[in-house]
Amino acid sequence: MWWKSLFLVLACLAAPALWSAPARAEIEVNVNRGDVQPLPIAVPAFGGGQVGADIAQVIGANLQRSGLFRPLDPASFVERSVTAAAQPTFADWKQINAQALLTGQVTVEADRIRVDFRLWDVFAEQQLLGVQFTASPESWRKVAHKISDAVYERLTGEKGYFDTRVVFVAESGGRGKVIKRLAIMDQDGANPSYLTNGDSIVMTPRFSSNSQEITYMSLRPDSASIYLFNLENGRRESLGNFKGMVFAPRFSPDGGRVAFSVERGGNSDIYVLNLSNRASTRLTSDPAIDTSPSFSPDGSRIVFNSDRAGSPQIYVMGADGSGARRISFGQGRYTTPVWSPTGEFIAFTKQTGGDFHIGVMRADGTDERLLTSSYLDEGPTWAPNGRVLMFSRETQGGSPRLWSVDVTGRILQPMPYPGAGSDPAWSPLLN
Amino acid sequence: MSARNTLLRLTLLAAAAISLAACQSKPKPTLPTRQPPATQAQPPQTPLPPSSGSISQQPAGALPGSGEDFVVNVGDRVYFDTDSHDLRVDAEPLLEAQSTWLRRYAGVQVRIEGNADERGTREYNLALGAQRANAVRDFLVSHGVATDRIATISFGKEQPIDASSGDESWQKNRNARTAIVSGAR
Repeated sequence: MWWKSLFLVLACLAAPALWSAPARAEIEVNVNRGDVQPLPIAVPAFGGGQVGADIAQVIGANLQRSGLFRPLDPASFVERSVTAAAQPTFADWKQINAQALLTGQVTVEADRIRVDFRLWDVFAEQQLLGVQFTASPESWRKVAHKISDAVYERLTGEKGYFDTRVVFVAESGGRGKVIKRLAIMDQDGANPSYLTNGDSIVMTPRFSSNSQEITYMSLRPDSASIYLFNLENGRRESLGNFKGMVFAPRFSPDGGRVAFSVERGGNSDIYVLNLSNRASTRLTSDPAIDTSPSFSPDGSRIVFNSDRAGSPQIYVMGADGSGARRISFGQGRYTTPVWSPTGEFIAFTKQTGGDFHIGVMRADGTDERLLTSSYLDEGPTWAPNGRVLMFSRETQGGSPRLWSVDVTGRILQPMPYPGAGSDPAWSPLLN
Repeated sequence: MSARNTLLRLTLLAAAAISLAACQSKPKPTLPTRQPPATQAQPPQTPLPPSSGSISQQPAGALPGSGEDFVVNVGDRVYFDTDSHDLRVDAEPLLEAQSTWLRRYAGVQVRIEGNADERGTREYNLALGAQRANAVRDFLVSHGVATDRIATISFGKEQPIDASSGDESWQKNRNARTAIVSGAR
């Protein structure tokens, strides 16, 4: 099955450096669900005072949350002082069975900080990575995320997803009187801030490929419309002037178009708007519900949700609206399809047997697999490397929370954001 | 003529004037007709009940043509089955009453708000709520209410009338509400 082979690929990519070492036999990467051993890694505090300790802490938390790594307890460390400037005492790290070791040093240079780090294969006694970042002091978290991405990429062979942000809907006020505000935070829950003040219901924010713009929907007592919001200057702009409700906006991969639904006379169809000349094109004209469009990463196709066959199912058509074809055929109701950044998979929400699931299938509809199950799981969004999905989970009678699950379904956990939230959307990797 | 009779006649005159004003402002009102007041002004033939008897006084019911009248005496909401926008049989008498009321009070503008329960995803439920609102709209139009008097919107699952969670509240939250926007008394 594909997810197993995906994990095998990950394991193989990581193996040449790490598992050629003598301790290789101790590392078993079992691809069976729930039985994968995360890689033991030591991330001692970087030299350079508090900021060095903070950077190591953020990196360790990132790697831990990925589920692929197991940062070791600093209390177990034998070598107590190690920096990027010196070769570690490998025997000390072998003793606690650290397979990988990350060392680093923060140096203050005028109004900048320089962060040197090295990643070591402990049992092979080799350096795997040595990089230096220079940044403004307040960007130390971003540096920590970039180091996390570098480590992740070196050890898995895939791009990381730690230097990213999440836009979502922060909910307050409780059920029945919910106040919804657009909010944004780092992927680890740090630096949360509100983008709107809650005077209208906002929903379904989504990032542009440039990470600087989002599109979202606003619902008022007498209208429903979509907006562009520029994160750099805070400017908001209404998109299109349509009769009827406008909702479910999502950018094309190049950021030049937005696909969305327009409702007229009760019938919802999919349109696409060219942002440079503001010309809109109608893509579907079926009398049934057509909504939740999402582009393939090459921009040539759109996956969407339609109940034209009697119940909500997933369809794929050309980006010009041609050749719509149903791809979901399992038992249940399928909604919120989202194309993966690699193009290979489509994530969705599925309702069956009184429960809601986040699932994935191949882009041709085969190999469907459900990753989660709860009272209400909804609206997956892909991490930019296609390895993790974020979604909202609501318990019966409760408020929604942000959760994540990896594509194997093995690593399911709440996001480190303490408040109620829904409709998360993951940014691309930042610059 | 007793002072009491004079007062009564003045009151009736005032009521007639108000009715007349209503006639002028509305093209085709079908006001309820009343019997001439002659006998009502007569002193009662039988003695009044003892003062300990209960004659309670309270305001008359909702003012005809008011938003309260519409909600209380007609009903502003109809309900739907799961994932359906088909009007149920039990909704039709209420919608007929809505259309009768709206034809009578022709200056009233309404907005029909479609709603869905929480057992669906956000965007699909917006589309479903719009279908429900338009099912009600189509019924009213087919029963003689002008299309330009009716707007529609869907709140999807965003505005539940019952914030609890279970079969009963989901049923309540699958509805379309005819909200009066303007023109009611």
